[in-house]
Amino acid sequence: MSVTADDVRRIARLARLAEPKDRIDTLVGELNGILAWIEQLDEVDIEGVEPMTTPVKFPLPQRDDVVNDGGIRDKVLANAPSSEDGFFVVPKSVE
Amino acid sequence: MSDLLKLSLADVTAKLRAREVSATELAKEALAACQSAQGALNAFTAFDEAKTMAMAKASDARLARGEGGLLEGAPLAIKDLFAVEGVSTTASSNILKGFKPPYESSVSQSWWDNGGVFLCKTSMDEFAMGSSNETSNTGPVNNPWKGAKGEMLSPGGSSGGSATVVAADLCFGATGTDTGGSIRQPASFTGTVGVKGTYGRTSRWGAIAFASSLDHPGPFAKTVKDGAMLLQAMSGHDPKDSTSLPNEVPDFVAACGRSVKGLRIGVPKEYRVDGMPDEIEKAWQLGIEWLKAAGCEIVDISLPHTKYALPAYYIVAPAEASSNLARYDGMRYGNRVEGKDLTETYEKTRAAGFGIEVQRRIMIGTYVLSAGYYDAYYLRALKVRTRILQDFDQAFEKVDAILTPSAPSAAFPLGSKSNDPIAMYLNDVFTVTANLAGVPAMSVPAGLDKDGLPLGLQIITKALDEETMFTVGAALEDAAGFTAKPAKWW
Repeated sequence: MSVTADDVRRIARLARLAEPKDRIDTLVGELNGILAWIEQLDEVDIEGVEPMTTPVKFPLPQRDDVVNDGGIRDKVLANAPSSEDGFFVVPKSVE
Repeated sequence: MSDLLKLSLADVTAKLRAREVSATELAKEALAACQSAQGALNAFTAFDEAKTMAMAKASDARLARGEGGLLEGAPLAIKDLFAVEGVSTTASSNILKGFKPPYESSVSQSWWDNGGVFLCKTSMDEFAMGSSNETSNTGPVNNPWKGAKGEMLSPGGSSGGSATVVAADLCFGATGTDTGGSIRQPASFTGTVGVKGTYGRTSRWGAIAFASSLDHPGPFAKTVKDGAMLLQAMSGHDPKDSTSLPNEVPDFVAACGRSVKGLRIGVPKEYRVDGMPDEIEKAWQLGIEWLKAAGCEIVDISLPHTKYALPAYYIVAPAEASSNLARYDGMRYGNRVEGKDLTETYEKTRAAGFGIEVQRRIMIGTYVLSAGYYDAYYLRALKVRTRILQDFDQAFEKVDAILTPSAPSAAFPLGSKSNDPIAMYLNDVFTVTANLAGVPAMSVPAGLDKDGLPLGLQIITKALDEETMFTVGAALEDAAGFTAKPAKWW
Protein backbone atom coordinates (compact mmCIF):
# COMPACT_ATOMS: atom_id res chain seq x y z
CA MET A 1 0.00 0.00 0.00
CA SER A 2 1.22 3.50 -0.67
CA VAL A 3 0.00 7.03 -0.01
CA THR A 4 -0.53 9.95 -2.40
CA ALA A 5 -0.39 13.70 -1.82
CA ASP A 6 -4.17 13.66 -1.31
CA ASP A 7 -3.82 10.91 1.30
CA VAL A 8 -1.25 13.00 3.15
CA ARG A 9 -3.67 15.97 3.16
CA ARG A 10 -6.47 13.70 4.42
CA ILE A 11 -4.28 12.22 7.16
CA ALA A 12 -3.18 15.70 8.26
CA ARG A 13 -6.83 16.75 8.42
CA LEU A 14 -7.75 13.66 10.49
CA ALA A 15 -4.84 14.38 12.83
CA ARG A 16 -5.86 18.06 13.15
CA LEU A 17 -2.54 19.25 11.76
CA ALA A 18 -2.64 22.27 9.45
CA GLU A 19 -1.80 21.12 5.92
CA PRO A 20 2.00 21.06 5.66
CA LYS A 21 1.89 22.75 2.22
CA ASP A 22 5.65 22.99 1.66
CA ARG A 23 6.30 19.47 2.92
CA ILE A 24 3.65 17.42 1.13
CA ASP A 25 6.02 15.83 -1.42
CA THR A 26 8.64 15.13 1.23
CA LEU A 27 6.01 13.52 3.44
CA VAL A 28 4.66 11.37 0.60
CA GLY A 29 8.21 10.04 0.07
CA GLU A 30 8.93 9.53 3.78
CA LEU A 31 5.62 7.90 4.63
CA ASN A 32 5.87 5.57 1.63
CA GLY A 33 9.41 4.66 2.62
CA ILE A 34 8.27 3.82 6.14
CA LEU A 35 5.17 1.94 4.96
CA ALA A 36 7.22 -0.11 2.48
CA TRP A 37 9.64 -1.02 5.26
CA ILE A 38 6.74 -1.97 7.55
CA GLU A 39 5.32 -4.29 4.90
CA GLN A 40 7.86 -6.98 5.83
CA LEU A 41 5.38 -7.82 8.60
CA ASP A 42 3.35 -9.59 5.91
CA GLU A 43 5.95 -12.40 6.10
CA VAL A 44 4.98 -13.28 9.67
CA ASP A 45 2.56 -16.15 10.24
CA ILE A 46 -0.13 -14.65 12.46
CA GLU A 47 -2.75 -17.33 11.89
CA GLY A 48 -4.65 -17.90 15.13
CA VAL A 49 -2.45 -15.47 17.10
CA GLU A 50 -4.16 -13.20 19.63
CA PRO A 51 -3.28 -9.48 19.42
CA MET A 52 -1.19 -8.14 22.32
CA THR A 53 -2.32 -4.72 23.54
CA THR A 54 -0.36 -4.62 26.81
CA PRO A 55 2.32 -6.61 28.64
CA VAL A 56 0.18 -6.48 31.81
CA LYS A 57 -1.36 -9.85 32.67
CA PHE A 58 -3.81 -8.90 35.45
CA PRO A 59 -7.29 -7.44 34.95
CA LEU A 60 -7.79 -3.69 35.04
CA PRO A 61 -8.01 -2.65 38.70
CA GLN A 62 -11.27 -1.14 39.87
CA ARG A 63 -12.07 1.23 42.71
CA ASP A 64 -15.23 2.46 44.38
CA ASP A 65 -17.10 5.05 42.32
CA VAL A 66 -16.58 7.91 44.74
CA VAL A 67 -15.24 11.45 44.46
CA ASN A 68 -11.65 11.30 45.72
CA ASP A 69 -10.16 14.44 44.20
CA GLY A 70 -11.21 17.99 43.41
CA GLY A 71 -11.37 21.45 44.88
CA ILE A 72 -8.31 22.50 42.89
CA ARG A 73 -9.89 24.84 40.34
CA ASP A 74 -7.03 27.32 40.35
CA LYS A 75 -4.46 24.57 39.82
CA VAL A 76 -6.50 23.17 36.92
CA LEU A 77 -6.65 26.59 35.29
CA ALA A 78 -3.07 27.59 36.08
CA ASN A 79 -1.69 26.55 32.68
CA ALA A 80 -4.68 27.52 30.53
CA PRO A 81 -3.84 29.61 27.43
CA SER A 82 -6.90 31.68 28.30
CA SER A 83 -9.23 31.71 31.34
CA GLU A 84 -11.75 34.07 32.92
CA ASP A 85 -13.82 34.00 36.12
CA GLY A 86 -12.79 30.43 36.88
CA PHE A 87 -13.54 29.07 33.39
CA PHE A 88 -11.48 28.06 30.38
CA VAL A 89 -11.97 30.48 27.49
CA VAL A 90 -12.19 28.60 24.17
CA PRO A 91 -13.20 29.49 20.61
CA LYS A 92 -16.91 29.44 19.86
CA SER A 93 -17.83 25.95 18.64
CA VAL A 94 -21.66 26.03 18.48
CA GLU A 95 -23.34 28.57 16.21
CA MET B 1 35.99 22.11 42.28
CA SER B 2 36.46 18.99 44.38
CA ASP B 3 36.14 15.43 43.12
CA LEU B 4 32.91 14.80 45.02
CA LEU B 5 30.82 14.77 41.87
CA LYS B 6 32.94 11.95 40.46
CA LEU B 7 31.83 9.59 43.22
CA SER B 8 29.22 6.93 42.64
CA LEU B 9 25.78 7.34 44.21
CA ALA B 10 26.57 4.50 46.65
CA ASP B 11 29.79 6.22 47.76
CA VAL B 12 28.40 9.74 48.01
CA THR B 13 25.36 8.65 50.04
CA ALA B 14 27.77 6.84 52.42
CA LYS B 15 29.76 10.07 52.82
CA LEU B 16 26.55 12.01 53.41
CA ARG B 17 25.44 9.54 56.08
CA ALA B 18 28.88 9.76 57.72
CA ARG B 19 28.44 13.57 57.60
CA GLU B 20 31.75 13.99 55.79
CA VAL B 21 29.91 16.21 53.36
CA SER B 22 26.59 18.02 53.60
CA ALA B 23 23.76 17.79 51.11
CA THR B 24 23.83 21.58 50.90
CA GLU B 25 27.51 21.73 49.87
CA LEU B 26 26.96 18.93 47.39
CA ALA B 27 23.90 20.61 45.84
CA LYS B 28 25.77 23.91 45.50
CA GLU B 29 28.68 22.19 43.82
CA ALA B 30 26.44 20.23 41.44
CA LEU B 31 24.45 23.34 40.48
CA ALA B 32 27.65 25.27 39.75
CA ALA B 33 29.05 22.38 37.68
CA CYS B 34 25.83 22.06 35.65
CA GLN B 35 25.56 25.76 35.00
CA SER B 36 29.14 26.02 33.82
CA ALA B 37 28.65 22.99 31.51
CA GLN B 38 25.39 24.17 29.94
CA GLY B 39 26.97 26.25 27.16
CA ALA B 40 29.02 23.30 25.95
CA LEU B 41 26.66 20.38 26.51
CA ASN B 42 23.22 22.02 26.11
CA ALA B 43 21.82 19.22 28.26
CA PHE B 44 19.57 21.17 30.63
CA THR B 45 16.09 22.59 30.13
CA ALA B 46 15.39 24.02 33.60
CA PHE B 47 16.84 24.67 37.04
CA ASP B 48 15.13 25.80 40.23
CA GLU B 49 17.91 26.76 42.62
CA ALA B 50 15.57 27.68 45.47
CA LYS B 51 13.88 24.28 45.27
CA THR B 52 17.22 22.46 45.07
CA MET B 53 18.66 24.29 48.07
CA ALA B 54 15.47 23.86 50.14
CA MET B 55 15.45 20.12 49.44
CA ALA B 56 19.17 19.86 50.28
CA LYS B 57 18.60 21.71 53.57
CA ALA B 58 15.75 19.38 54.51
CA SER B 59 17.99 16.46 53.65
CA ASP B 60 20.74 17.77 55.94
CA ALA B 61 18.20 18.05 58.75
CA ARG B 62 17.20 14.41 58.29
CA LEU B 63 20.85 13.33 58.13
CA ALA B 64 21.58 15.28 61.32
CA ARG B 65 18.87 13.26 63.06
CA GLY B 66 20.41 10.06 61.77
CA GLU B 67 17.48 9.52 59.41
CA GLY B 68 17.30 9.43 55.65
CA GLY B 69 16.35 7.29 52.70
CA LEU B 70 18.22 5.24 50.14
CA LEU B 71 19.16 8.31 48.04
CA GLU B 72 19.47 10.77 50.93
CA GLY B 73 21.16 14.02 49.92
CA ALA B 74 22.13 13.05 46.36
CA PRO B 75 21.41 15.62 43.61
CA LEU B 76 19.48 13.94 40.78
CA ALA B 77 18.41 15.00 37.28
CA ILE B 78 14.92 14.56 35.80
CA LYS B 79 14.18 14.05 32.12
CA ASP B 80 11.91 16.83 30.87
CA LEU B 81 9.18 14.23 30.28
CA PHE B 82 8.42 14.02 34.02
CA ALA B 83 6.25 16.56 35.82
CA VAL B 84 8.16 18.31 38.60
CA GLU B 85 5.85 20.54 40.61
CA GLY B 86 6.29 24.21 39.77
CA VAL B 87 9.20 23.59 37.39
CA SER B 88 9.02 23.97 33.61
CA THR B 89 8.05 20.59 32.08
CA THR B 90 7.79 20.59 28.31
CA ALA B 91 8.83 17.19 26.84
CA SER B 92 11.25 19.43 24.89
CA SER B 93 8.31 20.60 22.77
CA ASN B 94 7.17 24.10 21.86
CA ILE B 95 3.57 23.05 22.37
CA LEU B 96 4.25 22.84 26.13
CA LYS B 97 6.64 25.78 26.39
CA GLY B 98 5.97 27.55 29.68
CA PHE B 99 4.00 24.63 31.19
CA LYS B 100 4.56 24.35 34.95
CA PRO B 101 2.75 21.34 36.38
CA PRO B 102 0.92 21.85 39.69
CA TYR B 103 1.69 18.20 40.56
CA GLU B 104 4.66 15.84 40.80
CA SER B 105 5.19 12.65 38.78
CA SER B 106 5.05 9.48 40.87
CA VAL B 107 8.61 8.34 40.10
CA SER B 108 10.21 11.70 40.89
CA GLN B 109 8.11 11.94 44.07
CA SER B 110 9.34 8.48 44.95
CA TRP B 111 12.97 9.63 44.55
CA TRP B 112 12.28 12.67 46.78
CA ASP B 113 10.59 10.40 49.35
CA ASN B 114 13.84 8.41 49.36
CA GLY B 115 15.85 11.56 50.09
CA GLY B 116 16.91 12.56 46.58
CA VAL B 117 17.48 16.26 45.83
CA PHE B 118 16.07 17.78 42.62
CA LEU B 119 18.91 19.24 40.55
CA CYS B 120 17.67 19.98 37.03
CA LYS B 121 15.46 19.02 34.11
CA THR B 122 17.21 17.49 31.11
CA SER B 123 16.72 17.81 27.37
CA MET B 124 15.30 15.00 25.27
CA ASP B 125 13.99 14.24 21.82
CA GLU B 126 10.62 16.00 21.52
CA PHE B 127 7.97 13.82 23.22
CA ALA B 128 10.67 11.09 23.42
CA MET B 129 10.49 10.56 19.66
CA GLY B 130 14.03 10.15 18.45
CA SER B 131 17.30 8.30 18.94
CA SER B 132 19.76 11.20 18.82
CA ASN B 133 18.37 14.02 20.99
CA GLU B 134 18.30 16.19 17.88
CA THR B 135 14.54 16.79 17.85
CA SER B 136 14.55 18.74 21.14
CA ASN B 137 13.10 22.26 20.84
CA THR B 138 16.22 23.53 22.61
CA GLY B 139 18.59 22.01 20.05
CA PRO B 140 20.84 18.93 20.10
CA VAL B 141 22.64 17.82 23.26
CA ASN B 142 26.39 17.26 22.84
CA ASN B 143 27.72 13.90 24.01
CA PRO B 144 30.56 14.44 26.54
CA TRP B 145 32.48 11.89 24.43
CA LYS B 146 33.87 13.47 21.24
CA GLY B 147 34.76 11.69 18.02
CA ALA B 148 38.31 10.71 17.03
CA LYS B 149 38.71 13.99 15.13
CA GLY B 150 37.06 16.03 17.87
CA GLU B 151 33.65 16.07 16.18
CA MET B 152 30.52 16.53 18.25
CA LEU B 153 28.59 13.32 18.74
CA SER B 154 25.00 12.54 19.56
CA PRO B 155 24.45 11.26 23.11
CA GLY B 156 21.70 9.03 21.70
CA GLY B 157 18.08 9.48 22.53
CA SER B 158 15.52 10.09 23.46
CA SER B 159 16.90 10.51 27.01
CA GLY B 160 20.13 12.12 25.73
CA GLY B 161 20.24 14.94 28.27
CA SER B 162 19.95 12.55 31.21
CA ALA B 163 22.65 10.24 29.79
CA THR B 164 24.93 13.24 29.29
CA VAL B 165 24.62 14.69 32.80
CA VAL B 166 25.41 11.30 34.34
CA ALA B 167 28.31 10.61 31.95
CA ALA B 168 29.78 14.07 32.61
CA ASP B 169 29.64 13.55 36.40
CA LEU B 170 27.26 16.46 36.93
CA CYS B 171 24.88 14.47 39.15
CA PHE B 172 24.47 11.01 40.72
CA GLY B 173 21.62 9.63 38.68
CA ALA B 174 18.89 10.71 36.29
CA THR B 175 15.46 9.56 35.21
CA GLY B 176 14.85 8.46 31.67
CA THR B 177 12.02 6.78 29.82
CA ASP B 178 12.48 3.83 27.52
CA THR B 179 9.78 3.25 24.88
CA GLY B 180 11.94 1.59 22.21
CA GLY B 181 15.43 1.92 23.68
CA SER B 182 15.48 5.53 24.87
CA ILE B 183 17.40 4.67 28.07
CA ARG B 184 19.59 1.78 26.91
CA GLN B 185 20.83 3.25 23.59
CA PRO B 186 21.95 6.60 25.13
CA ALA B 187 23.50 4.67 28.05
CA SER B 188 25.50 2.67 25.51
CA PHE B 189 26.53 5.86 23.68
CA THR B 190 27.73 7.61 26.85
CA GLY B 191 29.37 4.84 28.87
CA THR B 192 26.68 4.86 31.55
CA VAL B 193 24.39 2.20 33.02
CA GLY B 194 20.80 2.44 31.76
CA VAL B 195 17.99 0.36 33.22
CA LYS B 196 14.35 -0.33 32.56
CA GLY B 197 12.42 -2.71 34.78
CA THR B 198 9.46 -4.91 33.94
CA TYR B 199 6.60 -2.98 32.30
CA GLY B 200 4.52 -1.57 35.17
CA ARG B 201 7.29 -1.84 37.79
CA THR B 202 7.67 1.96 37.69
CA SER B 203 4.65 4.22 37.52
CA ARG B 204 3.90 6.24 34.39
CA TRP B 205 1.75 8.73 36.32
CA GLY B 206 2.98 12.25 35.69
CA ALA B 207 5.28 11.11 32.88
CA ILE B 208 4.09 12.72 29.65
CA ALA B 209 2.69 9.84 27.59
CA PHE B 210 4.26 8.79 24.28
CA ALA B 211 3.16 5.15 23.72
CA SER B 212 1.49 3.99 26.91
CA SER B 213 1.86 0.23 26.44
CA LEU B 214 5.60 0.61 25.74
CA ASP B 215 6.71 3.49 28.02
CA HIS B 216 9.03 2.38 30.84
CA PRO B 217 10.44 4.99 33.28
CA GLY B 218 13.90 3.97 34.54
CA PRO B 219 17.25 5.36 35.68
CA PHE B 220 20.68 6.28 34.31
CA ALA B 221 23.51 5.54 36.72
CA LYS B 222 27.29 5.47 36.99
CA THR B 223 27.43 1.87 38.21
CA VAL B 224 25.19 -1.20 38.22
CA LYS B 225 24.71 -0.93 42.00
CA ASP B 226 23.71 2.74 41.62
CA GLY B 227 21.25 1.64 38.92
CA ALA B 228 19.79 -0.89 41.37
CA MET B 229 19.44 1.79 44.09
CA LEU B 230 17.77 4.22 41.69
CA LEU B 231 15.36 1.64 40.24
CA GLN B 232 14.57 0.41 43.76
CA ALA B 233 13.69 3.96 44.80
CA MET B 234 11.30 4.49 41.88
CA SER B 235 9.56 1.09 41.80
CA GLY B 236 6.38 -0.03 43.46
CA HIS B 237 2.63 -0.06 43.10
CA ASP B 238 0.95 3.24 42.28
CA PRO B 239 -2.85 3.34 42.39
CA LYS B 240 -2.74 6.36 40.06
CA ASP B 241 -1.44 4.19 37.17
CA SER B 242 -3.85 1.39 36.20
CA THR B 243 -0.97 -0.61 34.65
CA SER B 244 1.24 -0.34 37.73
CA LEU B 245 2.22 -3.78 39.05
CA PRO B 246 0.89 -4.73 42.50
CA ASN B 247 3.86 -7.08 43.11
CA GLU B 248 6.33 -6.66 45.96
CA VAL B 249 9.57 -4.98 44.88
CA PRO B 250 12.55 -7.27 45.53
CA ASP B 251 15.89 -6.02 46.91
CA PHE B 252 17.67 -5.04 43.68
CA VAL B 253 20.78 -3.82 45.51
CA ALA B 254 21.27 -7.19 47.24
CA ALA B 255 20.99 -8.89 43.83
CA CYS B 256 24.12 -7.03 42.63
CA GLY B 257 26.30 -9.00 45.00
CA ARG B 258 25.12 -12.52 44.11
CA SER B 259 27.13 -15.11 42.25
CA VAL B 260 26.37 -15.78 38.58
CA LYS B 261 27.72 -19.31 38.88
CA GLY B 262 25.44 -21.77 37.12
CA LEU B 263 23.26 -19.14 35.47
CA ARG B 264 22.33 -19.98 31.89
CA ILE B 265 23.01 -17.09 29.52
CA GLY B 266 21.28 -17.06 26.15
CA VAL B 267 23.05 -15.70 23.08
CA PRO B 268 20.51 -15.04 20.31
CA LYS B 269 21.79 -15.58 16.79
CA GLU B 270 19.43 -12.93 15.38
CA TYR B 271 21.19 -10.03 17.13
CA ARG B 272 23.60 -9.38 14.29
CA VAL B 273 22.75 -6.82 11.65
CA ASP B 274 24.29 -5.83 8.32
CA GLY B 275 26.92 -3.16 8.67
CA MET B 276 27.39 -3.71 12.40
CA PRO B 277 31.00 -2.83 13.26
CA ASP B 278 33.29 -5.80 14.09
CA GLU B 279 34.09 -4.13 17.36
CA ILE B 280 30.53 -4.61 18.57
CA GLU B 281 30.71 -8.29 17.71
CA LYS B 282 34.06 -8.42 19.55
CA ALA B 283 32.65 -6.69 22.63
CA TRP B 284 29.78 -9.16 22.63
CA GLN B 285 32.13 -12.16 22.36
CA LEU B 286 34.22 -10.73 25.17
CA GLY B 287 31.09 -10.40 27.31
CA ILE B 288 30.25 -14.04 26.61
CA GLU B 289 33.80 -15.08 27.62
CA TRP B 290 33.62 -13.06 30.85
CA LEU B 291 30.36 -14.67 31.92
CA LYS B 292 31.65 -18.11 30.99
CA ALA B 293 34.77 -17.49 33.09
CA ALA B 294 32.52 -16.43 35.98
CA GLY B 295 30.80 -19.81 35.86
CA CYS B 296 27.82 -19.17 33.58
CA GLU B 297 26.62 -21.69 31.07
CA ILE B 298 26.35 -20.17 27.58
CA VAL B 299 23.39 -21.35 25.52
CA ASP B 300 22.79 -20.55 21.84
CA ILE B 301 19.18 -19.46 21.42
CA SER B 302 16.92 -18.16 18.70
CA LEU B 303 14.48 -15.25 18.89
CA PRO B 304 13.14 -15.76 15.37
CA HIS B 305 10.87 -12.71 15.15
CA THR B 306 13.53 -10.17 16.16
CA LYS B 307 13.72 -8.55 12.71
CA TYR B 308 9.99 -7.81 12.80
CA ALA B 309 10.12 -6.03 16.16
CA LEU B 310 11.12 -2.63 14.81
CA PRO B 311 8.53 -2.46 11.99
CA ALA B 312 5.84 -3.64 14.46
CA TYR B 313 6.99 -0.96 16.89
CA TYR B 314 6.69 1.71 14.19
CA ILE B 315 3.02 0.87 13.91
CA VAL B 316 2.17 0.38 17.59
CA ALA B 317 4.13 3.36 18.97
CA PRO B 318 2.87 5.98 16.46
CA ALA B 319 -0.69 4.62 16.79
CA GLU B 320 -0.59 5.09 20.56
CA ALA B 321 1.19 8.43 20.17
CA SER B 322 -1.39 9.79 17.73
CA SER B 323 -4.04 9.01 20.31
CA ASN B 324 -2.07 10.27 23.35
CA LEU B 325 -1.02 13.51 21.64
CA ALA B 326 -4.60 14.33 20.63
CA ARG B 327 -4.86 16.07 24.03
CA TYR B 328 -2.58 18.91 22.84
CA ASP B 329 -5.27 21.10 21.36
CA GLY B 330 -4.39 24.46 22.89
CA MET B 331 -7.50 24.62 25.06
CA ARG B 332 -6.70 23.65 28.67
CA TYR B 333 -2.89 23.92 28.71
CA GLY B 334 -0.05 24.37 26.30
CA ASN B 335 0.16 27.04 23.64
CA ARG B 336 -2.66 28.12 21.35
CA VAL B 337 -2.54 29.65 17.88
CA GLU B 338 -5.88 31.28 17.04
CA GLY B 339 -7.60 30.38 13.78
CA LYS B 340 -10.85 31.50 12.16
CA ASP B 341 -12.83 28.71 13.87
CA LEU B 342 -12.29 25.91 16.36
CA THR B 343 -10.95 23.37 13.84
CA GLU B 344 -8.50 25.85 12.36
CA THR B 345 -7.37 26.79 15.88
CA TYR B 346 -6.65 23.11 16.61
CA GLU B 347 -4.82 22.66 13.32
CA LYS B 348 -2.69 25.79 13.62
CA THR B 349 -1.93 25.12 17.29
CA ARG B 350 -0.69 21.60 16.57
CA ALA B 351 1.20 22.46 13.37
CA ALA B 352 3.02 25.28 15.16
CA GLY B 353 3.61 23.41 18.43
CA PHE B 354 4.83 20.00 17.23
CA GLY B 355 8.16 19.49 15.48
CA ILE B 356 8.63 17.63 12.20
CA GLU B 357 9.36 14.17 13.65
CA VAL B 358 6.41 14.36 16.04
CA GLN B 359 4.07 15.39 13.21
CA ARG B 360 5.43 12.57 11.04
CA ARG B 361 4.70 10.00 13.75
CA ILE B 362 1.24 11.39 14.49
CA MET B 363 0.49 11.05 10.78
CA ILE B 364 1.74 7.45 10.59
CA GLY B 365 -0.30 6.61 13.68
CA THR B 366 -3.40 8.30 12.30
CA TYR B 367 -3.00 6.43 9.02
CA VAL B 368 -2.54 2.94 10.51
CA LEU B 369 -5.59 3.45 12.74
CA SER B 370 -7.80 4.91 10.00
CA ALA B 371 -10.76 3.11 8.45
CA GLY B 372 -9.63 0.46 5.98
CA TYR B 373 -6.06 0.21 7.29
CA TYR B 374 -6.60 -0.79 10.93
CA ASP B 375 -6.60 -4.55 10.32
CA ALA B 376 -3.81 -4.53 7.73
CA TYR B 377 -1.42 -2.51 9.89
CA TYR B 378 -2.41 -2.05 13.53
CA LEU B 379 -4.04 -5.41 14.24
CA ARG B 380 -1.28 -7.26 12.37
CA ALA B 381 1.38 -5.43 14.38
CA LEU B 382 -0.33 -6.42 17.64
CA LYS B 383 -0.25 -10.05 16.57
CA VAL B 384 3.42 -9.80 15.62
CA ARG B 385 3.93 -8.34 19.11
CA THR B 386 2.48 -11.56 20.53
CA ARG B 387 5.00 -13.54 18.43
CA ILE B 388 7.84 -11.50 19.91
CA LEU B 389 6.60 -12.18 23.44
CA GLN B 390 6.35 -15.89 22.58
CA ASP B 391 9.99 -15.81 21.38
CA PHE B 392 11.03 -14.58 24.84
CA ASP B 393 8.72 -17.00 26.70
CA GLN B 394 10.30 -19.91 24.83
CA ALA B 395 13.84 -18.63 25.35
CA PHE B 396 13.32 -18.17 29.08
CA GLU B 397 12.38 -21.83 29.41
CA LYS B 398 16.01 -22.56 28.55
CA VAL B 399 17.96 -19.59 29.91
CA ASP B 400 17.99 -17.20 32.91
CA ALA B 401 19.21 -14.13 31.03
CA ILE B 402 19.98 -13.04 27.47
CA LEU B 403 23.15 -11.16 26.49
CA THR B 404 23.23 -8.94 23.39
CA PRO B 405 24.86 -5.72 22.18
CA SER B 406 22.86 -2.64 23.30
CA ALA B 407 23.05 -0.73 20.02
CA PRO B 408 24.24 -1.46 16.47
CA SER B 409 26.89 1.31 16.57
CA ALA B 410 28.82 3.59 18.88
CA ALA B 411 27.75 7.25 19.19
CA PHE B 412 27.46 8.87 15.73
CA PRO B 413 28.14 12.48 14.70
CA LEU B 414 25.29 14.95 15.18
CA GLY B 415 23.44 15.48 11.91
CA SER B 416 24.65 12.26 10.29
CA LYS B 417 21.29 10.45 10.38
CA SER B 418 18.76 13.20 10.79
CA ASN B 419 17.59 13.15 7.16
CA ASP B 420 16.83 9.44 7.02
CA PRO B 421 14.02 8.37 9.38
CA ILE B 422 14.54 4.62 8.88
CA ALA B 423 18.33 4.79 9.47
CA MET B 424 17.52 6.63 12.70
CA TYR B 425 14.86 4.08 13.70
CA LEU B 426 17.38 1.21 13.25
CA ASN B 427 19.27 2.45 16.31
CA ASP B 428 16.69 0.65 18.42
CA VAL B 429 16.96 -2.70 16.62
CA PHE B 430 18.39 -4.53 19.69
CA THR B 431 16.42 -2.72 22.39
CA VAL B 432 12.87 -2.51 21.05
CA THR B 433 12.04 -6.21 21.53
CA ALA B 434 12.17 -5.82 25.33
CA ASN B 435 9.68 -2.93 25.17
CA LEU B 436 7.22 -4.91 23.07
CA ALA B 437 7.48 -7.86 25.47
CA GLY B 438 7.61 -5.69 28.61
CA VAL B 439 10.60 -7.57 30.05
CA PRO B 440 13.45 -6.00 32.10
CA ALA B 441 16.61 -4.96 30.27
CA MET B 442 19.70 -2.91 30.99
CA SER B 443 22.80 -1.61 29.23
CA VAL B 444 26.19 -1.91 30.92
CA PRO B 445 29.37 -0.28 29.52
CA ALA B 446 31.64 -3.07 28.27
CA GLY B 447 34.57 -1.38 26.52
CA LEU B 448 35.78 1.20 24.02
CA ASP B 449 35.93 1.01 20.24
CA LYS B 450 38.97 2.01 18.13
CA ASP B 451 37.93 5.68 18.33
CA GLY B 452 37.83 5.46 22.10
CA LEU B 453 34.02 5.51 22.27
CA PRO B 454 32.02 3.45 24.75
CA LEU B 455 30.06 0.34 23.74
CA GLY B 456 27.36 -1.21 25.88
CA LEU B 457 26.10 -4.75 26.32
CA GLN B 458 22.47 -5.49 27.06
CA ILE B 459 21.10 -7.99 29.59
CA ILE B 460 17.47 -9.06 29.23
CA THR B 461 15.62 -11.21 31.78
CA LYS B 462 12.09 -12.50 32.15
CA ALA B 463 9.25 -10.35 33.52
CA LEU B 464 9.62 -9.58 37.25
CA ASP B 465 13.19 -10.93 37.37
CA GLU B 466 15.17 -7.70 37.60
CA GLU B 467 17.26 -9.41 40.28
CA THR B 468 18.93 -11.76 37.79
CA MET B 469 19.45 -8.80 35.45
CA PHE B 470 21.32 -6.92 38.20
CA THR B 471 23.31 -10.01 39.22
CA VAL B 472 24.50 -10.56 35.65
CA GLY B 473 24.99 -6.81 35.11
CA ALA B 474 27.22 -6.54 38.18
CA ALA B 475 29.28 -9.56 37.06
CA LEU B 476 29.73 -8.04 33.61
CA GLU B 477 30.72 -4.70 35.14
CA ASP B 478 33.30 -6.44 37.38
CA ALA B 479 34.83 -8.32 34.48
CA ALA B 480 34.82 -5.33 32.11
CA GLY B 481 36.49 -3.06 34.65
CA PHE B 482 35.19 -0.13 32.63
CA THR B 483 36.63 3.04 34.17
CA ALA B 484 37.05 5.20 31.05
CA LYS B 485 35.70 8.74 31.24
CA PRO B 486 35.44 11.37 28.51
CA ALA B 487 38.25 13.96 28.72
CA LYS B 488 36.68 17.08 30.23
CA TRP B 489 36.18 19.85 27.63
CA TRP B 490 32.92 21.40 28.84
